Amino acid sequence: MIEVNDIHKSFGETKVLKGISTSFEPGKTSLIIGQSGAGKTVFLKSLLGLHLPEEGSISYNGQINTEMSIEDKREFRKELGMVFQGSALFDSLNVEENVMFPLTMFTKQTRPEMLERVNTVLKRVDLENSNKKFPAELSGGMQKRVAIARAIIMNPKYLFCDEPNSGLDPSTSILIDNLIQEITDEYKIITVINTHDMNSVMEIGDKIVFLKNGLKAWEGSSKEIFKTDNQAVVDFVYSSNLFKKVREAYLNEK
Amino acid sequence: MNYIEHVGKYFMMLGQVFKAPQKYRVFQDAVFREIEQLGIKSVGIISFISFFIGGVIALQTALNISDPLIPKMLIGFATKRSIILEFAPTFCSIILAGKVGSYITSSIGSMRVTEQIDALEIMGVNSLNYLVLPKIIAAVFFYPFLIILGMFLGIFGGWAAGILSNMFYEADYLEGIQFDFQSFLIFYALIKTVIFAFIIATVPSYHGYYVKGGSLEVGKASTQSVVWTIVIIVIANYFLTQMLLT
Repeated sequence: MIEVNDIHKSFGETKVLKGISTSFEPGKTSLIIGQSGAGKTVFLKSLLGLHLPEEGSISYNGQINTEMSIEDKREFRKELGMVFQGSALFDSLNVEENVMFPLTMFTKQTRPEMLERVNTVLKRVDLENSNKKFPAELSGGMQKRVAIARAIIMNPKYLFCDEPNSGLDPSTSILIDNLIQEITDEYKIITVINTHDMNSVMEIGDKIVFLKNGLKAWEGSSKEIFKTDNQAVVDFVYSSNLFKKVREAYLNEK
Repeated sequence: MNYIEHVGKYFMMLGQVFKAPQKYRVFQDAVFREIEQLGIKSVGIISFISFFIGGVIALQTALNISDPLIPKMLIGFATKRSIILEFAPTFCSIILAGKVGSYITSSIGSMRVTEQIDALEIMGVNSLNYLVLPKIIAAVFFYPFLIILGMFLGIFGGWAAGILSNMFYEADYLEGIQFDFQSFLIFYALIKTVIFAFIIATVPSYHGYYVKGGSLEVGKASTQSVVWTIVIIVIANYFLTQMLLT
């Protein structure tokens, strides 16, 4: 479990995070939403350990980030997987080498053992027979799936995704969302997604954290977000006519 | 950011670069890959330029020696000395700064702007050590061979120019290149080469690693890195010459 306890983070005079507390549970997909500049990226980077909060703490299964030694941090990073907005695949490596990279760096497995694991993971993300292709030869959706495969190759306890649907068509976005949710459920990992995609919010949000001006303005599930009367959430999530109608239909059905 | 801050940041970068590699097998593969990228792929341009510059030095020297009292073997001697002392180590390093420097900055810079470096860091990989150290090792160990090749081809180019143009006798040229041979001068050229190789590998890496923005900024950083690498090589050349030859 990840427990975030009243974290604050500033850059110079600008206070970006002004005291956020929340928690993320294993086997559940949590989404961080909010307008641009609300502090989502800084919050996600704080969870990843790339930013140290000035006040407050983050604990990962009881291990508090500010009390971790360099060795602990190195070990912690082996337990997390990350899917970047632009996939961040290594251009010079093919699909197989990209996915195998963490195994090559951090395990003593033999090449056949690593290949077996790579093929299992690639099969899991429906990317068989693409082992020798380079990132430039793949579509955006395929690149995201390779990135997910690379993120889960080490059996991480935590999976972080930064806007995994950006730049994808609606049907591919749904595939990626479903894949992330299935993997979260299957491996019982803690998944935290930073997103602007309201479809993801409706479809896969076991927990949604809404940030506004560096503060947690609301949190709840994808069901609860339909019913909320929090004006900030309503203004953000139901800004489009389509989602307004979806909400009205949901509430009328109830 | 002022120059002193850049210098400080550059040396702090080196502090991260010179750490033990996390996996020696991966490091070894990376070194061989960099030898190919930074060294073997530069053999053609260095050979081509060395051969023709050697020819030009020999022709220019021959054209400027009109006094019959000056022995013609001076053409070979001047060509040999110019090539060994300055052309091969310094001029070739400047050429490599242009070719290899822009490649290093753009490849590392692209990795930065496409979050590939962030991906390495999040995985727990020391990205500076992983990306820069193999380049330093490849350049420092391979460039001396490249410069020795440049020396041979430059002197050979001078000989070829003489034969083709009939401006001096082969015997005079051969006598000139054997006259007053000092092995220390080769050693001096190689010391310079090793230091220039280090500059060629690290200064462009610094510019690429700390680039901010998008592809336009990567392009600007590549140009800037080539300019700074050449400036630093020229300044280092002056001080090395003063330290080693006076």
